[in-house]
Amino acid sequence: MITIATVCGMGLGTSMMLAMQVRQLMKDEGIDARVNPVDLGSFKAQPADIVVTTTAMGHQVAGTTAKVVLIDNLIDRQHVKARVMEAVDAFRAGE
Amino acid sequence: MNTPEDARLHTLDVRAGISVSTWREAVEAAGSLLVAAGSCTEAYVDAMAAAVVELGPYMVIAPGVAMPHARPEAGVIHPGTVVVTLATPVAFGNPANDPVDLVIAFAAVDKNAHLESLQAITALLLDEPRLNAVRAATNDDELRAAVSGEPTSTEGH
Repeated sequence: MITIATVCGMGLGTSMMLAMQVRQLMKDEGIDARVNPVDLGSFKAQPADIVVTTTAMGHQVAGTTAKVVLIDNLIDRQHVKARVMEAVDAFRAGE
Repeated sequence: MNTPEDARLHTLDVRAGISVSTWREAVEAAGSLLVAAGSCTEAYVDAMAAAVVELGPYMVIAPGVAMPHARPEAGVIHPGTVVVTLATPVAFGNPANDPVDLVIAFAAVDKNAHLESLQAITALLLDEPRLNAVRAATNDDELRAAVSGEPTSTEGH
């Protein structure tokens, strides 16, 4: 199973919207994944295999061992899908 | 209530085409609607602006769309969402998605209670004709109808 953290500053808005989309994507792709929306503080205490956040938050997750996916446009489903699947494939290849 | 087809966005209030010259004024304008509706305190509005400064303009989640908010403990009284469109777009400092012309501000009490609102906001943003109608609204009634997803006279369902 892959653990995916969707991260934003407060864990209330952006991370929740990302989590909804990534959960749906994992379901559509038949991938066994646990998707957790978290705020920055929780993310640092509880790492994941892949972290999905917005480009503007990229510097906040720098240094993590997780594969980082940065999203510009949360409502562009193709963009989100392409970026997240790239990271899933890379993670699987590294296993 | 929870089906995507019926994911209507319930707002406490809306304002179409307001004039502001900075991102802070845009956040304050949306915040003042939340305060007037009894959804949050003035301190919460300050916290929304502070979050943009401290955490960065990541809440500009899509081209032209900002979703300012703060933590529940900053002063949420009861949950609510307001929508404001700007006559002239303003920059929030997010290179990918500036300038912003649509501000969806919310006050949430916790993640789970808030999920339905976020689903409704997502549904609105993914519905291009409806999103165009939101942006094109010239008065508050048009904006309210577009936001809630109610059929208008010009387009059927």
